[in-house]
Amino acid sequence: MMKAAVVVFPGTWSDGDCTWALQNIGIDVRKVWHRESSFAKDELVVLPGGFSYGDYLRCGAIAQFSPVIEGVRSHAAKGGLVIGICNGFQILCESGLLPGALVRNKSLQFRCEDTYLIPGSNSPFTKNIKSNHALQIPISHGEGNYYADEQTLDLLEEQDRIAFQYSNSIGDVDQNSNPNGSSRNIAGIVNDGGNILGMMPHPERACEQLLGSDDGNQIWLSLLEEYL
Amino acid sequence: MDFEILQKVAMTKDEYDRLVSMLNREPNELEIGIVGALWSEHCGYKHSRPLFHNFPTEGEKILTKTGEENAGAIDLGDGWCAVFKMESHNHPSAIEPYQGAATGVGGILRDIFAMGMRPVALLDSLRFGPLSERNNRYLFNGVVSGIGGYGNCVGVPTVGGEVQFDKSYSGNPLVNAMCVGIGRVENLLSASASGPGNPLVLVGADTGRDGIHGATFASVELDENAEEMRPAVQVGNPFLEKLLLEACVELAEEHNDWIVGLQDLGAAGLTSSAIEAASRAGTGIDIDVTLVPRREERMTPYEVMLSESQERMLVIPKREHLDDVVRLFRRWEIRADVIGYVTDDEYVTIHEGQEIVARMPVAIPTDPPMYSPATMRPLELDALHNQDFNIIPDVQNPEIELLNLLGNSNITSRGMIYRQYDHQVLNNTVVLPGGDAAVLRIKGLKQGIAVTTDCNARLVSLEPRVGSSIAVAEAARNIVATGARPVAVTDCLNFGNPEKPSVAYQLEQAVLGISDACRKLGTPVVSGNASLYNETPVGQILPTPSIGMLGVSDSSADSLTIAPKENNTLILVGADFIQSIDTLSGSEYVTQKLGFPAGKPFIDLDYEVKVQKFVLDAHKANLLTAAHDCSEGGVAVALAEMALASSLGLDAKQIDCGSRVDASLFGESQSRFIIATDSQESLSFLEKMLQDSDISFSVIGLVHGERFRLGPIDLSISEMREEYEEGLYKLLGS
Repeated sequence: MMKAAVVVFPGTWSDGDCTWALQNIGIDVRKVWHRESSFAKDELVVLPGGFSYGDYLRCGAIAQFSPVIEGVRSHAAKGGLVIGICNGFQILCESGLLPGALVRNKSLQFRCEDTYLIPGSNSPFTKNIKSNHALQIPISHGEGNYYADEQTLDLLEEQDRIAFQYSNSIGDVDQNSNPNGSSRNIAGIVNDGGNILGMMPHPERACEQLLGSDDGNQIWLSLLEEYL
Repeated sequence: MDFEILQKVAMTKDEYDRLVSMLNREPNELEIGIVGALWSEHCGYKHSRPLFHNFPTEGEKILTKTGEENAGAIDLGDGWCAVFKMESHNHPSAIEPYQGAATGVGGILRDIFAMGMRPVALLDSLRFGPLSERNNRYLFNGVVSGIGGYGNCVGVPTVGGEVQFDKSYSGNPLVNAMCVGIGRVENLLSASASGPGNPLVLVGADTGRDGIHGATFASVELDENAEEMRPAVQVGNPFLEKLLLEACVELAEEHNDWIVGLQDLGAAGLTSSAIEAASRAGTGIDIDVTLVPRREERMTPYEVMLSESQERMLVIPKREHLDDVVRLFRRWEIRADVIGYVTDDEYVTIHEGQEIVARMPVAIPTDPPMYSPATMRPLELDALHNQDFNIIPDVQNPEIELLNLLGNSNITSRGMIYRQYDHQVLNNTVVLPGGDAAVLRIKGLKQGIAVTTDCNARLVSLEPRVGSSIAVAEAARNIVATGARPVAVTDCLNFGNPEKPSVAYQLEQAVLGISDACRKLGTPVVSGNASLYNETPVGQILPTPSIGMLGVSDSSADSLTIAPKENNTLILVGADFIQSIDTLSGSEYVTQKLGFPAGKPFIDLDYEVKVQKFVLDAHKANLLTAAHDCSEGGVAVALAEMALASSLGLDAKQIDCGSRVDASLFGESQSRFIIATDSQESLSFLEKMLQDSDISFSVIGLVHGERFRLGPIDLSISEMREEYEEGLYKLLGS
């Protein structure tokens, strides 16, 4: 049975939604306060959305120095699974666990809306996704514009590490579907080991048809298929 | 007496004399500050409270007594309840729009979690002057970012609201924030300081010099020197608010036996918070200002007591649980300090160390003078009512008129605004913003809640009593259009200077009009707020009694949206499609044509109730696939909005528009919905129900294809979309 540890910084607000979504598909969840730092080897560590320590400086800039991120580093170094969503993705980039940075949306405004995603990468997070349509998963961020130098972007492509790209509803990756100006429409990437995923959209919100989509569950189901 | 000291707290000479006679001595400066703040219009409701007895306030689902707690509580069944309230933050937003709006959100959130409930939804009712003016664009952008900046960071979804534009709001925007909280009935907390000897614990932010005289500032007209009041605007820290929220909700949910009271610090800061808590409990309080943690050095007792620094709460624990409570807040990394204790002498006593710096009976600051100023019906109303619409030639090019209305600031899509707000966090939003009301599920329950805000101030200005009834009726229609039942109301009475007879008339009539409609619709007023003196050197605002309404859905999963499906039949209910020229009264269309609103608003509340009941019955019988309220822009705009929401056209080319095409298409008579149904059988059934209840209706046509054909109108969805969805961006020049 898969277990998940949902990390809670003082300003995290998606911990409840992540817990709800994971429990709904039968994953055991415990919450981990930001002062703790140990994870079980087989736990999926979830860094949820929110504003970690207020993010008055730069999103995730302070969080990278927290005890819990030390724990995440060593968990990841041992091959443990880590997913960072929204603020979690920002923290993973600030911590150097993922390459690149998330800068202010091109519109300079916060954006909360549905996006469509084309899954890629050979990681356990996406490789068992069987959806025959673009995944409908909402975003909610002011700083989700993924930026990396061309070399890094080429490397991500070559190594098949782009986990999600923004597309239109029928799956074409075009500039009109890019909600924040991200390089190459990148919505999520994995590290070179494939055990760390960072993504701006919120799969935990697309967890029930009642809320408009359950496509976010595909990620958890892909993991379950890999580790059951 | 130093007149300047009185002026700082907007206390009149008469009020000062009243205070002296109540005290039997001259008050000192701190005492004047305390009493002045609590006797301000903002805290004391001097001109509005005498009218509140008109409001219906009771109902079987109502768990609180209106005005006695921070917000009204509604029984949702199965042991759950909802609390909600709306409050204004107009004047701060006029001079510092980002922080003014942000702290408005912060304040209303604290009202809700002070009652032990978890905030689950925010809404905002906004008014600005025309976006063609640069300063109004600055205020609009600042307010919208401030609301988003605060709400998004705290993690409470902003699910709805409204925004309207009128030149009267230039320089005096309205920012009314509403919050809804959910929790278990047994966790409802009171804001009372009972149990003499119990400590008063101040938690949250340190106290600074920000916001001193904020309550006073909210109670006077904005003048040329308003900019100088910028220091009276507080600065928000949503991150700290989030910690306070979590700690207070944990206290309520897991340890409510540790405390006797929880109270937020809002207008007039510690002064109003502590004194109101004592007043509720019939006790006294003794505070030592030297124990209040400060952000700045050398603050005087006056500054400490009147600071409106944000993100502070007053906790009154039972003596024996003081340490438990302090530990709980510290675990959330929040400061918690004992600053005094509850007494049994019914006095408010303020110490600075050993020295007593203010002392008076609690009954004095909590007994503001009440005024019922002379009222006078504005003379121009009769002429406006008798306006002859025949001078306006009937519409020549209805397609262009419809496109203009779809791009009109009062009608065009609000997507540009709500895309900047997180409206989904907490995983409850079932019906998203963009329709009539937002619907939230309650996890683990079949029931859900529907929430909306509404007020067509133009109609209120034309006939305050009827217009205010219409505001309530329209809010209820928004709720009903989702399939939920209207249950209760919160209001924010935004008016000009009540000392002017015409404004006093508007205020009085508005309260009567709200009361009329709330009685008929069975929706008591459970909480609210008044914001008067909304005036600039140019004049007063349109009378704007914003209505916030909460409805209960028996099954949130079966909620209706405004988007019909292919081949659905659309039916206008509540009126015939053909309308007479007088239904243009107060409409957006007529306002555009004449350059000012005119006509005589009308509503038959009994008929309104009947129409709403029909929609709910039809929904319950599973006959509806979509529903939408007809409001600004009339039937044509309502149908266009449904087409845009579904990206599907309409086949109603043959419909007869009668002798005044403009009235049938763009008239704004009340009590109308567009409903959708998906089978001939359901249609026949609905027609029978409508005939049996004697409700007028017209079958409009079929939802189909990509062209929107309504009588003389034949437009593509994409050309309508461009006007509708780009409207605000174009108006803002971005």
